[in-house]
Order: sequence, then C-alpha cells, then structure tokens
Amino acid sequence: MQGVSLEQAVAMIPDGASVMIGGFMGVGTPERMVDELVRQEKRGLTVIANDTAMPGVGIGKLVTARLVAKAIVSHIGLNPETQQRMLAGEMDVELVPQGTLIERIRAGGHGLGGVLTPTGVGTVVEKGKQKIAVNGKDYLLETALRADFALVNAFLADYLGNLAYALTARNFNPMIAMAADTVIADADNIVPVGVIAPDHVVTPAPIVDYLVAQG
Amino acid sequence: MDAQTVIAKRIALELRDGMLVNLGIGIPTLVANFVPAGMRVFFQSENGLIGTGTVPEEGMHHRLLTDAGGRPVTALPGACTFDSAMSFGLIRGGHLDMTVLGALQVDGAGHLANWMIPGKMVPGMGGAMDLASGAKRVVIAMQHTAKGKSKIVEACSLPLTSARPVDLVVTELAVIAFPGGRATLLETAPGVTAEQVLAATEAELAVSDGVKPMSIR
Repeated sequence: MQGVSLEQAVAMIPDGASVMIGGFMGVGTPERMVDELVRQEKRGLTVIANDTAMPGVGIGKLVTARLVAKAIVSHIGLNPETQQRMLAGEMDVELVPQGTLIERIRAGGHGLGGVLTPTGVGTVVEKGKQKIAVNGKDYLLETALRADFALVNAFLADYLGNLAYALTARNFNPMIAMAADTVIADADNIVPVGVIAPDHVVTPAPIVDYLVAQG
Repeated sequence: MDAQTVIAKRIALELRDGMLVNLGIGIPTLVANFVPAGMRVFFQSENGLIGTGTVPEEGMHHRLLTDAGGRPVTALPGACTFDSAMSFGLIRGGHLDMTVLGALQVDGAGHLANWMIPGKMVPGMGGAMDLASGAKRVVIAMQHTAKGKSKIVEACSLPLTSARPVDLVVTELAVIAFPGGRATLLETAPGVTAEQVLAATEAELAVSDGVKPMSIR
C-alpha cells in the first residue's frame, strides 16, 4: 500500500475508465474523491455502484457534471437527472437488481465467472441471458463484473491499509475492494497499526493499493 | 381510520415473535408502528442493517446510519450491520421471513408489478426483485385503487417484478390471498362489504366461504 494525495489518487484515473464506487445513497461514498473527479473533469466514466444518489450528493455530482458515460446500478429513483439523461439517450444506464449487482461484483473479485440467481426469472431482466435449471429450479446466469478502479470509503484505515467500516456505510465497499485492478481507499480516520483488531479488519491491507492522505 | 392505517394495522397482525422482516418504502414502513406490545421483530434494512429503529430525534442522527432510502434511522439494542452481499444473501437465501412491499399492480394470480412505468417512471428495481423472489412470504401493502382504477388487475400491463406470485395483498378494503393461483377474498375492512370489494376489483375475485372482517381496532 502506498499513501497518495487526493490529487495524485484521482490523477491516476484516465478518461473513459471503469470505476466502482462504494456507497448507498451517498452513505459510504468517498465524497472527497468524487469532488476531485469533478475538479479534474474525468470524462466518459463507466460507474459501477449501487445507485446514483441524488443531485449534489456522492455519485450524483458526477452525473450533474456529465462525466458518466455509462452507469451500472440498481436504483436511480432518487436522482431525476440520471433518469432524464437516460431517457434523452445522453447516458447509458444498465439497471441490475441490487442482489444480483453485488453478487456480480463479488464474483468478479473472487475469481468466478458469474453466479446463478433466481432473481429476475420471468421478468425483463432475463432478456438475452442464459437460463439454467439446477435441481428443477430456473436460474439466470449473471456474469462477473470487474473495473479498472475501486474507490473505497472506509471508517478506519491503519498505516498498512487494513480497512474497517462503520454502520450502514459498509454496503458495497468490501466487495468492490476485491473486484478492481487498482484499489484506492479513502478513510474517515487513519489510525496506527493494531487499533483495528485482527478480528475487526474487513478488507485486508494487501488488496489496498493506495490510501489517500488526509487533507 | 385512514386507508394507510387500516393497511398497516392489518399487516402488523401477520408479524410473529422473532421474525426477520423487510419493509419497503411508503405504506410498508408504517407497519413498524403497529408491532404488538411485547413482540420482538427484527427489521432489516437492505443497505445493511438488522435492528432498524425509529427516526432519530432532531440532532441525534449519525451520518453513517441510514435506511434504504438514505434517511437517518436509529438502531435498536442487538442491532447488527453487514455488507450488501450478506444483506441480499439474507433476502435470497431463505432467511427473510417476510417482506412488505408496495405495488403498482397485482394480477389475479398474484403476480406483482412495482418497479417501473415504461417511458414515465424508471427508478430501477433496487432490491424489489430480490425481495419479491427471495422472501419466504411476500405481503403487498397498497391502496385498492389508483385514480379510480383497480390496482388488482386481470393481467399486469406493467413489467413484472417477479414470476413468483405474492402471498397476501392488504388494501384499505380487503385482504386477498391466492390459493391455487386464484385471487380470493378473505377479509373485508371495517364497514366494507364483499360486494363493495368485488365492485372495486378488476380481476376476478373468488369469495371464500367465511369472509371475515379484519380484526383491527
């Protein structure tokens, strides 16, 4: 793990990159990194996340700044801008059931080609997908997702890069940390090694590539 | 009693001690207000919480403790938090005893449409498809009609949420189940007759032998 400044961290992300971003309606989103993506005007991004939050919050800021070419998300209902841009054809949105989305990301980070889920069978979600019967029950084959970068928000990071999360801010963060080529973590608190007890480390240090320095 | 209260109070009668329950946004959320005294029900919030409590007092919220709509909540003693894979493992894996969801339409066989109106409202399915497919019991909380039109229809014109039928529909007029894949009137709301329910319902509705009044006060 290497410590980097906020500016350096975001400068590593090229235009057109695929980026997984933690958070659920902005809670658990690395807000500083989103702000810096907007400041550095990183364009044409493919964003993989639970939702696009709302205007002015988290990923909503990337939508407002027109930096998102494609979003792979489960929910855009609280962000009318995403809906408008999608309906106007200015932004590609792939809607995925939430439990399927997190499993596709988990599969991508755990060396699996995909997962079989009953969710979506008999709905528009099954369109174009392989249906596989196992023990007489139908499942959809949902393929794994990976990204160039994961932008992770943790509550605690130690000097080595071990991460722990708080309350409902955990959500997608531990899964995206496994599923990207480059993992950049931003923590609310950076603490000495040992403060996070081994049993309480959720994301192990060796998978974190960069930790953003406090401002 | 207003329509929403009738629905929420009636659904609260489906709760049992020790159940793990997920409540959708809207009328379903109100069910938590009517948990019978002395009963412990574990409410799950799909963003990663079991033990969801009430809305915090002004100024007493924590920015990292929210419900699935992103609003501040409290956590009850014994609460636990987890990531989204665990949260949906609970939902799909047969661990969630009951989910209460809103609906746009339910058809005569119990199929649910509740996530989009093509060209008009495209919010995304969020967790709805996983909940409707995975929960042990799916209960629908909705007004019987919208703009004077029945929401219990012959066949859903809107995209389905799941191929798996729901178990129970509770409206301000009636309780309807789907034994043998057929919409059947089980209970009527206080002051409502079976005829009134039939008149307000587009789908063919069988009337069970002993239609009872909802036992709510």
